[in-house]
Amino acid sequence: MSNAVSALQGASFDGYCKVEEAGLVGMITLRGDLSSEGVTKAVKTATGAEMPGQGQITEGAKGRAGWMSPDELLLVVDHSKAADLVAAATKTLAKEHALVVNVSDARAVYRLTGDAVREVLAKLSPADTAVMVPGQLRRTRVAQIPAAFYLTDDQTAELICFRSVAQYAFDLLKDAVQPGSEVGIV
Amino acid sequence: MSTRLAKGGRLIDRTKPKNFTFNGKRMKGYEGDTLAAALLGEDQMLVGRSFKYHRPRGIVASGAEEPNALVNMGQGGRFEPNQRVTTTELFDGLACTSQNHWPSLEFDVGVVNNYAARFLPAGFYYKTFMAPAPAWKHVFEPIIRKSAGLGKVPTEADVDRYEHFYHHTDVLVIGGGVAGLAAALAAGRSGAKVLVMEQTHHWGGRAPVDGGEIDGQSPDDWTAATLAELESMDNVTLRTRMMGSGVYDHGYALGYERVADHTPGDDRPRHRLWRIRAQQIVTATGSIERPLSFAGNDIPGVMLAAAVRDYAVNWGVSVGDRTVVVTNNDDAYRTALVLKEAGLEVPVILDARDQATGPLAEAARAAGIRVEVGKAIAKVNGGKRVTGVSICSQAGEGSAVEDIACDAVAMSGGWSPVVHLWSHCGGKLIWDDEQSHFRPDPDRAPTGHDGQSFVVTAGAASGAMSLADVLSDAYAAGQQAAKAAGGKAVRKAGPKADPEATQPMAPVWIMPQGAGHQKRMKMWLDYQNDVKVSDVQLAAREGYESVEHTKRYTTLGMATDQGKLSNINGLAILSDALGQPIPATGTTTFRPPYTPISFGAIAGEARHEIFQPLRRTPMHGWHEDAGAYMEPVGHWRRPYCYAKPGETNEQAVHREVLNTREKLGLLDASTLGKLIVKGPDAGKFLDMMYTNMMSNLAVGKCRYGLMCSENGFLSDDGVVARIDEDTWLCHTTSGGADRIYAWMEEWLQTEWWDWKVYVANITEQLAQVAVVGPNARKLLEKLGGMDVSKETLPFMQWKDGKIGAFDARVYRISFSGELSYEIAVPASQGRAFWDALLEAGEEFGVMPYGTECLHIMRAEKGFIMIGDETDGTVIPQDLGLNWAISKKKEDFLGKRAQLRSHMTDPDRWKLVGLETLDGSVLPDGAYAVEGGENQYGHRNMIGRVTSTYYSPTLKKGIAMGLVKHGPDRMGDVLSFPTVDGSNTEMKARIVDPVFYDKDGEKQNV
Repeated sequence: MSNAVSALQGASFDGYCKVEEAGLVGMITLRGDLSSEGVTKAVKTATGAEMPGQGQITEGAKGRAGWMSPDELLLVVDHSKAADLVAAATKTLAKEHALVVNVSDARAVYRLTGDAVREVLAKLSPADTAVMVPGQLRRTRVAQIPAAFYLTDDQTAELICFRSVAQYAFDLLKDAVQPGSEVGIV
Repeated sequence: MSTRLAKGGRLIDRTKPKNFTFNGKRMKGYEGDTLAAALLGEDQMLVGRSFKYHRPRGIVASGAEEPNALVNMGQGGRFEPNQRVTTTELFDGLACTSQNHWPSLEFDVGVVNNYAARFLPAGFYYKTFMAPAPAWKHVFEPIIRKSAGLGKVPTEADVDRYEHFYHHTDVLVIGGGVAGLAAALAAGRSGAKVLVMEQTHHWGGRAPVDGGEIDGQSPDDWTAATLAELESMDNVTLRTRMMGSGVYDHGYALGYERVADHTPGDDRPRHRLWRIRAQQIVTATGSIERPLSFAGNDIPGVMLAAAVRDYAVNWGVSVGDRTVVVTNNDDAYRTALVLKEAGLEVPVILDARDQATGPLAEAARAAGIRVEVGKAIAKVNGGKRVTGVSICSQAGEGSAVEDIACDAVAMSGGWSPVVHLWSHCGGKLIWDDEQSHFRPDPDRAPTGHDGQSFVVTAGAASGAMSLADVLSDAYAAGQQAAKAAGGKAVRKAGPKADPEATQPMAPVWIMPQGAGHQKRMKMWLDYQNDVKVSDVQLAAREGYESVEHTKRYTTLGMATDQGKLSNINGLAILSDALGQPIPATGTTTFRPPYTPISFGAIAGEARHEIFQPLRRTPMHGWHEDAGAYMEPVGHWRRPYCYAKPGETNEQAVHREVLNTREKLGLLDASTLGKLIVKGPDAGKFLDMMYTNMMSNLAVGKCRYGLMCSENGFLSDDGVVARIDEDTWLCHTTSGGADRIYAWMEEWLQTEWWDWKVYVANITEQLAQVAVVGPNARKLLEKLGGMDVSKETLPFMQWKDGKIGAFDARVYRISFSGELSYEIAVPASQGRAFWDALLEAGEEFGVMPYGTECLHIMRAEKGFIMIGDETDGTVIPQDLGLNWAISKKKEDFLGKRAQLRSHMTDPDRWKLVGLETLDGSVLPDGAYAVEGGENQYGHRNMIGRVTSTYYSPTLKKGIAMGLVKHGPDRMGDVLSFPTVDGSNTEMKARIVDPVFYDKDGEKQNV
């Protein structure tokens, strides 16, 4: 749908790390028995990714699958395909107790790039970002809002928050990457 | 006079002068100076006035313990009072002024308090409360307000930036003296992750000033080599200008990093608050020298002996040409030797002990310095500056045997370990008789979740007083901490120093020990708060036995320095007055922060636009562009109304109501909570959550429901839609979405964990617009797509389909009483959908409306609002909502509570409509009264207004309220006293709460 826009429509800021809103990102909340074959299959079909372990996020050809809680996953997919993928997964899981719901538009996603990406996140989140490696997903907070983030490589993080606070999150990140505020702990 | 020496100053760079001003006077110092050193270098000994008596105050110390030298720092947006000159680094352009005097520092009229001192005894402040009440207001308070106080209050907003930083480490070492560095070395060598913080900008602490050799090197050389080794370790992080501010439960600690205090305006954050999680914390916080209590010990020029030494060695500053040293221990002899070596005069060393036999005393004698044992200061002569001392026998009552001219006095009453950080989280202390100080008791350390110690002290902070002991204790502390944090064992030996022979110190709490009252009234314990030996003794006589009470009564150890110099001396005096040993008196509680930290650092980034998260709907930008007057609803901002040019908000609200009732209105309802509840047990679950039945709701239909707490009180309401066989969508109030989602999860996770139900909060996934008014259907039909006719989509049903090009879920529900559709579309398309509705709706007279219009329309219909009609004490039965409480269900949350006698009491206030006799609007929250008085002498109250508006539809004031026996009193007229001071009453008649379209014909078309 051509009318669809992300919360900040790709806003970006160059500080000592770069902050940019990632635009429209498809996201699906999947709740169910994570040990069931059906869920594993639904995840594979939607993202191509393996079932993530606790605290992990896996990557497949079509998307990522993140572990959110013992009975909840976050699937990161193409925005335009999210609705169809929800329908397909719901069908796959029709016989078991599960909930698949499109939350793409309930969220905003930021991409942080730079050598100091862990340091910038550590200004806002109490998570131990120094020990984080690509493949891990942290559900945590940044300043006063809930957020989740993961590293895609040592210089890149993706941070997910709720859409209504997208501006706040962007302003926070902008503040955290202000030149001159480098902590020097990368 | 104090002055800059021609040579020396290990911390300053004489090729880099820095200019600054004090009280407008231009002065010069050097890079590496503290402001204190620079002031003394310019002979500015007098720096302020005391809190109560306005006595002249000079610099006493050289570090964080300084009680006197606080200044107003900076200007405009960088003005900040109470800045400690001993911990302020000098920079070019620094401007500061002295505090607490009027009209000037040199001449202060407040000093009359000094002469009235006998009328301002301990507890003066509290005693004034005992006087007749008017005396406080008219006599004491104005006097205290004028005379008390420290710096000025800033008048402009702080222009600097602040931030937080979260850090996780195995071992945190607080303190960068030789002890901290030795501990860090041990921890670093173990492979553990180590963070070392030092509050000043230089490493090594005071060892380089005090001398000695470490592994055959000078302390300076050893420090440099050790730093090099630590810097080469990837697992060690070193930070200067960072104070360990507090130690808290579970290894949490705060580091206060003063990033840019010395470089204001360079765009760096001024302060950074480190929020640290450490497995083990090593406190290498050193020790603080104690003053001696002799008459006139507060006169500018009387300083701690080690501080006098610091100024000479670190900054090349002489505090005076002739310095008398007075001591009860060996350490102060170092000061005498340093001064002598700098070419300054030391007329005499007064040692209160009966003999002076240590090597340092011998060295002093060898250097030709006169040493008098068993001697004390009878009194210090001088006003704004020391001019001399009278000396006497320590054993006597203070008869002067000799006057000695001098311009400085260096005193040492022994050393107290800095136990603050050890104590913050429960570390206990023991009294050390030999050193006459409290030191940490290693057997009673602060413990973590596992009952194991997580703090260990190192060096002087443990009570180690010689360099050799400091190093061995600190290295062992580092090893211990590293081991506890999972580091590997370290074989490599720690740094060593040769043992040194010392003569034990002798406790001296009053000088001379037989001093009479006149002298004790001039012996200052707490310089900042003007607490003297006589005050503590008076408090003891008045019955203050607890040290905590004495602290508050006398103000000993209060305010910005928290008694770093005065505490031990004060409680020694108190113990003596109470006739008990010092450990029986104990200490006051050590609380964080160690020294004051800025509010900016605490607030961190939370200022300006990121003070608080502000929630915005997809249409928020449109509302702002339209000039909407916004109101907070939770963290959301919602349009209250959209005033047009020339229109008041009230006029706008009335226009919006009439337009919606007559034509067409649009409401951004995106903030409404939307929870998906799915599973084989979802119906059963919702039957528990809601007071009414949800399991029997047919697919495709909607039902209004109420939620109560387990205590029966109404908590939230909203429309529930049955989506499919095992899926429901629950609407919550705007402010209630997160709370109700958490409420559902809590019951599912803790009570009904075996029920098969999943909940998802999809509030923000959807933008929702209420299309309301007689023209609502025409607008949707014009946009095309799904059939929204009465037949296909009747009232209280919903359908999925298309509105125009938009994927939509359309609910036929109405909170206004009009024909109304609430339409949900994906949030990413919310703005486009809103724009499309406005454009297509123009021919039908569309106007957006805000929350106040929503409120008025619902009140006209008699619909309740959570938060207006409810306040946490109201049950559905109070609001006439019995129809929404299922009688068929075996149970629901709140059911049992609603059966309690108080809940079924017929005297409970119940919801009614209220209509003033003259059509005016009742004040919100007004109480209805009847004859008689209650037990408190108030008029008997029988009800209150919960919602009240002017109804533009009915052209009169309408209200709802809770009234005792209300529904049984239809037609009765009640009195509502006004609170506008006119002493009048308003009259209102009890009516049905549904004012408009009682049969619901307008919404059901």
